[in-house]
Amino acid sequence: MLSCAEATRLMSDAMERPLPVKDRLSLNVHLAMCKGCRNFGTQLQGLRKVAREYVRRTEDDSRAP
Amino acid sequence: MDDSERTSESGNLLLRDRLFIEALRAQMVRFATLQLNDPHLAEDAVQEALASALRSAGTFAGRSALKTWVFAILRNKIIDVVRQRGRIVYTGSLVRNDEDEDALPDLFDARGHWKPEEKPSDWGVPDRVLQDEQFWRVFDVCLDGLPPRQGRVFMMREFIGLEAAEICNAVAISQANLHVLLHRARMRLRECLENKWFNGGCETC
Repeated sequence: MLSCAEATRLMSDAMERPLPVKDRLSLNVHLAMCKGCRNFGTQLQGLRKVAREYVRRTEDDSRAP
Repeated sequence: MDDSERTSESGNLLLRDRLFIEALRAQMVRFATLQLNDPHLAEDAVQEALASALRSAGTFAGRSALKTWVFAILRNKIIDVVRQRGRIVYTGSLVRNDEDEDALPDLFDARGHWKPEEKPSDWGVPDRVLQDEQFWRVFDVCLDGLPPRQGRVFMMREFIGLEAAEICNAVAISQANLHVLLHRARMRLRECLENKWFNGGCETC
């Protein structure tokens, strides 16, 4: 059984590389039971969305007259 | 004088305020040096960012708006430099494993489960949040609050969009080290946004 600390680490790693099957399975088991970690996963996607928009905004800004 | 001329005048006046500019410039040089680890490249990036800001100062009526804007331009310049240069040789803290500097805040109990008060709450990032200038100020505060090594690799990964292997190569760290740094950066950022924005008296809560 994964701890939340381990589960968050696997979710973060998954933003860079596909997880091995074994890790993916134990993560899914953990997430099925842990609302806090499911929320963490949603927030990671949110952070990426914010980062993309951040770059888009600064690119627009630096081209502005 | 019409409105746009008046705000333009006010932004330009700020950029002619020598004390304000000197303080701003010193902060920018510190930030750029940290990111680029090269004082000359940092000076150049700051110079260019200030010059662009001067050309477009018209949009800004106040100091804090101007500062946010100038730093946004500077970040962009830094990203350009990093992309052009390819490989960055960090002689300093990035390769040293200073656990104290980068350690995670104490979010988990002894068994590694969320402490009740630290459990992430249910928020996503709806599009309308991204239109909110106040949100971007909070995000900047959270980003600037990251320990330097975490901030650098997070920017390389999420702003520049480099792959993990490219970052490891660029800053000479192992994949395992990179995963640890990115995990910690994300933990801190999400916690900061949750405390300062999503649970901090906004209309969505």
